[in-house]
Amino acid sequence: MAFRAARTQLYRMPPQTIAEKILSAKCGRLAHAGDVVVCDVDLVLGTDASAPMAIGYFERMGGPGARVHDPSRVAFALDHYTPQSESESTAKFHAQVRAFAREQGVRVFEVGEGISHQIIVERGIVRPGQLIVGADSHTVTCGALNAFATGVGSSDLAAAMLTGQLWLRVPETMRVTLRGDRPAGVAAKDIALAIVAMLGGDGAEYHAIEFVGPAADSFSRDDRLVLSNLMVEAGAKAAIWEVAGGVFADAGARCVRELVVGIDRLTPRVALPHAPKNVVAIADAVGTPVQMVFLGTCTGGRASDLRDARAILERGGGRIADGVTLVVTPVSSDVARQLEADGTLPALARMGAVITAPGCGACCGTSGVIPDDGMTVLSTANRNFKARMGNASAPIYLASPAACAAAALSGAIADPRTVRAGP
Amino acid sequence: MTEIIGRARRLGDDINTDYIISSARKKTTLDEQILKQYLLESLDPAFASSVRAGDVLVAGKNLGCGSAMEVAATVILAAGIRAVLATSFARSFYRNAINNGLLPIECDTTEILEGDALMITAGPDGTSITNERTGRCEIRPPLGGIAGAILDAGGLVAYLRREGRFVPLGRT
Repeated sequence: MAFRAARTQLYRMPPQTIAEKILSAKCGRLAHAGDVVVCDVDLVLGTDASAPMAIGYFERMGGPGARVHDPSRVAFALDHYTPQSESESTAKFHAQVRAFAREQGVRVFEVGEGISHQIIVERGIVRPGQLIVGADSHTVTCGALNAFATGVGSSDLAAAMLTGQLWLRVPETMRVTLRGDRPAGVAAKDIALAIVAMLGGDGAEYHAIEFVGPAADSFSRDDRLVLSNLMVEAGAKAAIWEVAGGVFADAGARCVRELVVGIDRLTPRVALPHAPKNVVAIADAVGTPVQMVFLGTCTGGRASDLRDARAILERGGGRIADGVTLVVTPVSSDVARQLEADGTLPALARMGAVITAPGCGACCGTSGVIPDDGMTVLSTANRNFKARMGNASAPIYLASPAACAAAALSGAIADPRTVRAGP
Repeated sequence: MTEIIGRARRLGDDINTDYIISSARKKTTLDEQILKQYLLESLDPAFASSVRAGDVLVAGKNLGCGSAMEVAATVILAAGIRAVLATSFARSFYRNAINNGLLPIECDTTEILEGDALMITAGPDGTSITNERTGRCEIRPPLGGIAGAILDAGGLVAYLRREGRFVPLGRT
C-alpha cells in the first residue's frame, strides 16, 4: 500500500522548478512551464516613476470609487525623483501618489528612504516563496530572497492593485551553476556582468533563472541581490536563489538550459557603451579616461559596495583625481545610516565626493547629477544605454564599486587589484 | 478585424525603452502628445518629426528591453503607430503593448527595409503581414489566451471593465 501511495504521489507531482512551485501555490493548481495562470500577488510595488500612470489606469479600470483590493499588499516608493528636480512635474507626481495612498490606505516609502526593491528587502517584507510584482524592471532583485519577483508596467500594476491578481505565463527555467571559489578582488558585479555577456541581452528572455551550486552558498545577501538584479539585462523574468527555509527545486525538474560559470578564474569586468552585455575584461578597458564616477544604485549602492569602494580609495591615498567628479548615492536611508556610523560616508565626503540623497540618483537621468556633454562616466549601475543618464553625448561604462573607486583615483579605468598604497 | 496599411520604419536589435522615450523626458510629463515629439530621439533626433500616422515600427530582436516603463508603448501609439513588428520582444514591453492596444507582431523582420509598404491584417484566425516590395506574405497565429482576450478587448482597461478580473483560460 505504501509503495502504491508513493507511486501515486510521484505521478501526481512531476518534479517542479522553483518558479513552477511558487506560481502553482499562487494560482491554486499544479502549473508547469508554458501554462498561463492567474496568480494571487503577495506584494504590488510601484514607484514615483510608474505609480502616477498606474493610478490613471486604476481609476479607468475600476471606475469612480474603486478601491485597492488589499492595501496591505501594496506599497509605493518615491525613489526616482529624489529629491524632486527642477521641473515641477516630479513634485506633482509625488503629491498624486501620496494622495492616492492616503485615500486607499496604501503605504508610501518617502523621498530619501531608498530604492523600492531594496527597502522591501531591508525591512523583511520580502519572504521566500512570495510572488512580487513591481512596476520597475529591477524588481527581479528580490529573487535573491527566494521570491518570484518580476517587473511589469503601470497598467499591470494597476490591475494587480484592483484585483489582487495578475496573469502570468509560467516561465521555463535556466539553471545557473556557480562553480569554484571567488578570487580576491572579483565582485558580484563582475560575475553578474560575465553572465549577462554569456547570455546576451535576450538570452534569458521569458525565462526564470535559478542560481544553484556549491559556490552559491558563499554569496552574501548583498551579492545575491546584485546577481538577481542584473539578470533582467539578459531578459530574465525572475532570478531566484534557493535559501534556507524557502522553496527548492525538485530533483529532476525540467530546465531548458544549464549554464556553468567557473568563477575561480574570473577577472574584473567592464561593460562598454551602450549596452550591459558589451562586457570585456577590465584589462581591455584600462586607461580609458573618465570624468564622472558614480557609486550608487540597486547594483552598487549597498553598504558592502561603498565599503569596498572606500577601501580601494584609501589604499590608493584617498585623493580623487583632478577633473573627476565622484558621486555617491546610498541605496537607502538605512544603508546611509550604517555608512555614517562606520565612517564610510564621512570619509568619502572628506575626499571630495558629492553625496546625494538615497534613491535611484543619477542612474536614469531622473535626479542627481547629470553628466555634461562629452563626459565619460564609469558607474556601478546596471544600464549604460546611450542617454540613460540624461545626456546622449556622455558615454557610460559599468563596473564594480572597487573598479569605480580605482578609476576615481587615477582618472581613468583601472584594475582595482593593482591599486597599491601610495607614497 | 484590424487592417493597417503603412510604411515600415526600420530599427535594429535591442532597442530599449529608454531609446523609445527617455526616462529623463518622462519626469517632465506623462502627456503622450508632448512626449511623442521625443520618440526615439537618442537614436535619431529627427525621427519623431518624420513619423506619419499609419507608420509601422519594424525592429530586430529584443524590442523594448530595459525599463518596464509603459510610456514606451503609449508614446508610440500617440505618434499614430498602431503596430510594432520584431523578431522578438522583451516581455514587459510586449505586455505593455497589448495592455494599451498596440499590436505587437513577432515575426521574421530581416527582409523588411525602411520605407517598405506593409499591409497588416489581424483577426481571429491570425495576423498576416504582406510586404508590397517583396510580395512576401507571412501569417502568424492569433495571440490566444488571456493576452489575446486583452488585445481583442482593445486593452487592459476595457478588458477589466468588462470582466472585472482576469479570467483563467486553462492551458494554452
